[in-house]
Amino acid sequence: MLEIAVKGNRNYWMWIIFLLIVIGIGKIAYLDQFFNGLMITGMSRDVSWGFYIANFTFLVGVAAGGVMVVIPYYLHDYEKFHRITILGEFLAVASLVMCLLFIIVDLGQPVRMLNVLLYPSPKSMLFYDMLVLNGYLFLNIVIGWKVLEAERNQVKPPAWTKPLIYLSIPFAIGIHTVTAYLYCGLPGRGFWLTAILAPRFLASAFAAGPAFLIILCYIIRKFTKFDPGWEAMQTLSKIVCYAVIANLFFFLCEVFVVYYSGIPGHKTHLQYLLFGYHGYNALVPWMWSGFILMAVGAVFLVIPKLRTNYILLPVACAMVFIGAWIDKGLGMISGGFVPSPLHHVTEYAPTGQEIVITLGVYATGFLVLTILYKLATQVKEEVGG
Amino acid sequence: MMEKSRRCFLKVAGIAAIGLGAAPAMNFAASDSHGSAAAEKAKSPDALHAERWGMAIIVKKLNDKIAKQITHACHTQHNVPDFTHEVDTQAFPNTRAVNHKQEIKWIWKEKFHYAFPDKEDEFLNEKFHHLPFMVTCNHCKNAPCVQACPTQATFKREDGIVVMDYHRCIGCRFCMAACPYGSRSFNFRDPRPFIAETDPDFPTRSKGVVEKCNLCAERLAKGEQPHCVEASEGAIVVGDLEDPESDVRKLLKEHYSIRRKQSLGTEPSVYYIV
Amino acid sequence: MTKNMIMGGLAVFVLAVLSPFWFNMVTTTQAAPEPELLGPAKQAKKCVLETYDMRANHMSLLDEWRDAVVRDADRIYVAANGNFFNMSLSTGENSCLGCHADKAKFCDSCHTYTSVDPYCWDCHTNPKEIE
Repeated sequence: MLEIAVKGNRNYWMWIIFLLIVIGIGKIAYLDQFFNGLMITGMSRDVSWGFYIANFTFLVGVAAGGVMVVIPYYLHDYEKFHRITILGEFLAVASLVMCLLFIIVDLGQPVRMLNVLLYPSPKSMLFYDMLVLNGYLFLNIVIGWKVLEAERNQVKPPAWTKPLIYLSIPFAIGIHTVTAYLYCGLPGRGFWLTAILAPRFLASAFAAGPAFLIILCYIIRKFTKFDPGWEAMQTLSKIVCYAVIANLFFFLCEVFVVYYSGIPGHKTHLQYLLFGYHGYNALVPWMWSGFILMAVGAVFLVIPKLRTNYILLPVACAMVFIGAWIDKGLGMISGGFVPSPLHHVTEYAPTGQEIVITLGVYATGFLVLTILYKLATQVKEEVGG
Repeated sequence: MMEKSRRCFLKVAGIAAIGLGAAPAMNFAASDSHGSAAAEKAKSPDALHAERWGMAIIVKKLNDKIAKQITHACHTQHNVPDFTHEVDTQAFPNTRAVNHKQEIKWIWKEKFHYAFPDKEDEFLNEKFHHLPFMVTCNHCKNAPCVQACPTQATFKREDGIVVMDYHRCIGCRFCMAACPYGSRSFNFRDPRPFIAETDPDFPTRSKGVVEKCNLCAERLAKGEQPHCVEASEGAIVVGDLEDPESDVRKLLKEHYSIRRKQSLGTEPSVYYIV
Repeated sequence: MTKNMIMGGLAVFVLAVLSPFWFNMVTTTQAAPEPELLGPAKQAKKCVLETYDMRANHMSLLDEWRDAVVRDADRIYVAANGNFFNMSLSTGENSCLGCHADKAKFCDSCHTYTSVDPYCWDCHTNPKEIE
């Protein structure tokens, strides 16, 4: 099936070459980090996780979001999603590739990475995160590939894929739950120490993942002859709508608990993010724009007239996606570290080099995504035509 | 048919290749034991023992000078880099500019309201604002960092000391997020250019690993007291918390003491006598 | 695919796989260096293990040592031949470098020859270099 990926028009190759160039630049920037250490990042003693882990967290969400097409199609036989299920699964694959790369670029000693397997530590949440992330990646590759192959040969997918598909559903929930547990089980970090963190992560995942899928559907419609189906996109948009509302609701619950109880260890972090703390306020404009984007996106999506508007829908989805990225990618990680456990304030901003490496990882993910989507759409075109 | 059998062959060949790759590693592991069959490993007869090592800091006996002495003794003898140190550009050419937020410290002075942010009373006894509180790893009984570490590079020894195995650390910094006391530092860069005089009795660290106070495990093993105790002019006492007759326990019996963020349930082994 | 292409590809593959041999044919090979025994090591007749075992297994032994020291707090090694050693690369007289005084001639010569680059010395120090 892979031979499909090496046949493409000029646009396709231009895009691939562009991605390869970005990957190359990112790789050079990473090599410098590899030899000189994480000193090239903006991270510090107080803010010891930064942009890499933040993007990792966000992309785990995008990967988990794929389950929002799998559940309706496989559990509820919702036929309209037949055409886009594979897109959800392949999006999960690409996102997980990026997640794993982000973990690797964040490590201080990446060559010792396999110590996690050599000395398995069942008390560490990272151990489980590794298990579920790799498990979910494996499941999606196998399922996506086998189902697509069967479709190409116009036969039923092998029976053994069914249990794997059902298994992938708890795995999808699992990856984001365990990723939330990384943070919310730490006693000294008041910002993360909340039982609603995992639900909040899932809600933002089920908003950001499908929102991105809708945007991808638009791109597919523009560049290929395959039509994912307007009705499927509409159903997806409703999922995005409720998920983003749930996400905002969970956030407001958090705000209420923190401000009404007034416990300083919890309040200072939100105070820093939303209003600034002791004159430090680098993230305040970001956080407000993030929430406004999500809120306006939610309004667009909840009103049927706006949601069904062909031009407005991708705009609303982009707002939700970017809002969720700011919420999780910028606020969620930094917010937990500022102020520090000793209540010192050290602000964090990624360095240019850190951003270049991040873009390199994203480009790798998009390369995987492009190739997988090329396969999927071409097979669908062949079968449909 | 032809097509199919070729694919099967490739699959089998692929699986076999993985097996071949693993074989030498297994042999190597097996050779581990036979080389030292009759050999034994032991502790020095001089080594100090405790069921659970702990520390009492008599804050009244501290002043800025002693605080500086303590940090200096610990840091120089553990080869902790000092980023204010001027780099010898001949030995270390092309050393890049320093980000001081990426500093490394094992034991250092904090003001009361930073060391004890949850005990920040509105009308605090005036002298507390000026006393230097030495903070370091608490060697917690329920250490969150030990729980977080995905490779057991940070672990708890039988005698209660929370130690780091720098050989095993992958630099994920989960322990730094987990520590409620900010006691851990990460080597964002190679520390060597910033070590004025390397102490030959202790290794330096490499870039990419986390480090922290080890309660001078290397000195206890030789029957010596930790550096901070020796430099503290009596302000720091280290001993066995489980032994009612130890100096630490006697001090704690007689004086009121506090611990950092007790409410978190980590059970710090460092007590402050105020 | 034609038969010629397959055969050609195979030929290139075989040539590439055997490249280490080609490389050795065009470069001159050197005899493996003997680690030199200097300092106290010259007088001491016995090391931790027999020379052959030491040569083959010193890395496993060191791996065991570091786990013993760091993780079990055991610092003294009573070897099978009855000798005592300080389980340390470089601290004290009874350590590796305490006896084998010259790191360059004892460790590095072989490691360089075999293109092995252990990361021991990223952290551990050679007492000689410090002075």
